[in-house]
Amino acid sequence: MSEVVVSESRCKSCGFCVKNCPKGAISLAHSFNSAGYKYAVVDSEKCIVCGICYTVCPDGVFEIRE
Amino acid sequence: MGDMIKGNDAIAEAAVRAGVQLYAGYPITPSTEVMEYLSWRMPELGRTFIQAESELAGINMVLGFAFCGKRALTASSGPGISLKQEGISYISKYRLPCVVLNVVRYGNGLGSLRSGQSDYFRDTRGGGNGDYRCIVLAPSSVQESVDLMYLAFDLAERYRIVTEVMSESALGQMMEPCEFPPMQELTVQDWALDGKYTHERRVAFMENYVTTAHENNARYEEIKEKEQRYEAVGLEDAEYVFVSYGIPGRVTHGVVNELRARGEKVGLIRPITLWPFPEKAFEQVNPNVKGFITVELNDYGQMVDDVALSVKKKLRTDIPVYCLPYVFEMVKRKDVFRDFEKIRQGQWKEVY
Amino acid sequence: MAVARKIPELTGRPTTFCPGCGHGILTRLLGECLTELGQDHNVICTIGVGCSCIFDTAYQGDMIQAPHGRGAAVATGVKRALPDVVSLTYQGDGDAYTIGLAETLNAAYRNEKISVFVVNNCNFGMTGGQMSWTTMPNQVTATSVHGRDTALTGMPIKVPEMIAGNFQTAYVARGTVTDAKHIRELKGYIRNALKAQIAGEGYSLVEIVSPCPTNWHMTALEAIDQMEKEILPYYTLGEFCKRGGKQE
Repeated sequence: MSEVVVSESRCKSCGFCVKNCPKGAISLAHSFNSAGYKYAVVDSEKCIVCGICYTVCPDGVFEIRE
Repeated sequence: MGDMIKGNDAIAEAAVRAGVQLYAGYPITPSTEVMEYLSWRMPELGRTFIQAESELAGINMVLGFAFCGKRALTASSGPGISLKQEGISYISKYRLPCVVLNVVRYGNGLGSLRSGQSDYFRDTRGGGNGDYRCIVLAPSSVQESVDLMYLAFDLAERYRIVTEVMSESALGQMMEPCEFPPMQELTVQDWALDGKYTHERRVAFMENYVTTAHENNARYEEIKEKEQRYEAVGLEDAEYVFVSYGIPGRVTHGVVNELRARGEKVGLIRPITLWPFPEKAFEQVNPNVKGFITVELNDYGQMVDDVALSVKKKLRTDIPVYCLPYVFEMVKRKDVFRDFEKIRQGQWKEVY
Repeated sequence: MAVARKIPELTGRPTTFCPGCGHGILTRLLGECLTELGQDHNVICTIGVGCSCIFDTAYQGDMIQAPHGRGAAVATGVKRALPDVVSLTYQGDGDAYTIGLAETLNAAYRNEKISVFVVNNCNFGMTGGQMSWTTMPNQVTATSVHGRDTALTGMPIKVPEMIAGNFQTAYVARGTVTDAKHIRELKGYIRNALKAQIAGEGYSLVEIVSPCPTNWHMTALEAIDQMEKEILPYYTLGEFCKRGGKQE
């Protein structure tokens, strides 16, 4: 089952994934990761596993699994 | 006895015999013939010659090439060597071997085209940023240029240090008979980068500076212990000892020979390594020596400081150290005779 | 059915680039291309000075930290020593186009078989956002506090065009990281540059126009807007010299 896995600790809250997700499935959490950033959270109900978040992320936060 | 050959050509051929695989440099008088010679000799042997866009680019090409474990050479003079100082500092940081040939020309800025010894401080202290040392070898004949260039690559690799061969304008241009050593095989150092991350990576900001400093210091102490080279004449009974290197050293040797033939008790230390400075030579000097005299081809005296330090370390601090600086014109024996007499008559103030 | 995607091991470790910095995209794309081309164990990267230094936290291969601006000369030495190993540079606009302009251009002039990658974010980032030669007209930087006066300091420099228009090289392109479409195009440019080197065709250069939220004093998303509004109309994207030696 395809899914997007998020490495919260790598996220720096830049927002590129939020902006570029075609389904608006990504938002930034209300809580912080260990570096003090509000990390990306993927709504798996909306996510279509297109991989655009992986493409636009500068920090390798996303892994797309088949 | 070998054929007559021009100094710059001989020193270039010596590098080839020593297995140099890259020459990267830029033309500047009086070192240009080295590059011209290598421009055809290196391709002839399937090795790499690059005429770089500047001395700055040249030393950086040497940096990249040396990181891959192969012997590399660059040559220049005066302001060209000044341009290389940043690269030399980086090469020293990475503990890479390479040889830099400085065919010294007198003067500041553009300077002149004549022999000089005005780069002594910069080349023995290191002209780039930071704490590092370079071995400096100072030949006084074409044969010695060949021998020292051949040795330079071995020393550079043995200690992973930048080794400078400090030739000079007159030496680069003159012709003398010379024998060449055999052609060495080309080598690759086993610590080199190979693209396969076989070895420890060297990166900015990540090293332990304290550990590195201790390791470097140990390496420099080893070099000082094992690699001092000099020529000594008449030190055991000398009342005055001349200290001089390069062609001026050869002139001074002639002066010493003539004075000794007249029964004068004078001696000579001709440093062949300027770093490590040949302090050990001073251990052989007559303890009752009356003074040391440097004969240098520069404005104010540079090597005189190292002589004073060696005298303090190996003998006593109350022995005067004089300097005879000869500006711009190559020193002649008659100049040294005249000025030595002034020293003996008390008409020349000591520096230390 | 999704395609498995994971940041490649070659450049996979977390970095300290700023949030929203374009360097992170180039870092990943280099890792992907080198791995896909089978060169991840056959590469020596020469790193410039500036934010480029941070690449060494992500990258796990052989590398050399070059003096500021001299990357192309160092990479040339590497390539001449090991002609079968991929020799690339990882530099910024301050490093490759300002202090290092001579080395960057001269390696192109000689068509040295190296690949030069330059992140152009219109300032000297690491030192705190001073003006570089790619700073836009009227852009406020730490050394142009009233905005860049191009009458005094020159217009932003266009190095890919300069190289493609004057020298015989293998491949020259400019890409950007503003959205997924551009990032995919950029990846194609990076692949072409590396393939040109692997095939022994000559010098390749890819410029990556990038946001610098920290020194532009904007959020990451605002920086993307700034690029689309002002920077990309000036720094046009595309291949200026395609493989096969055709000039654009």
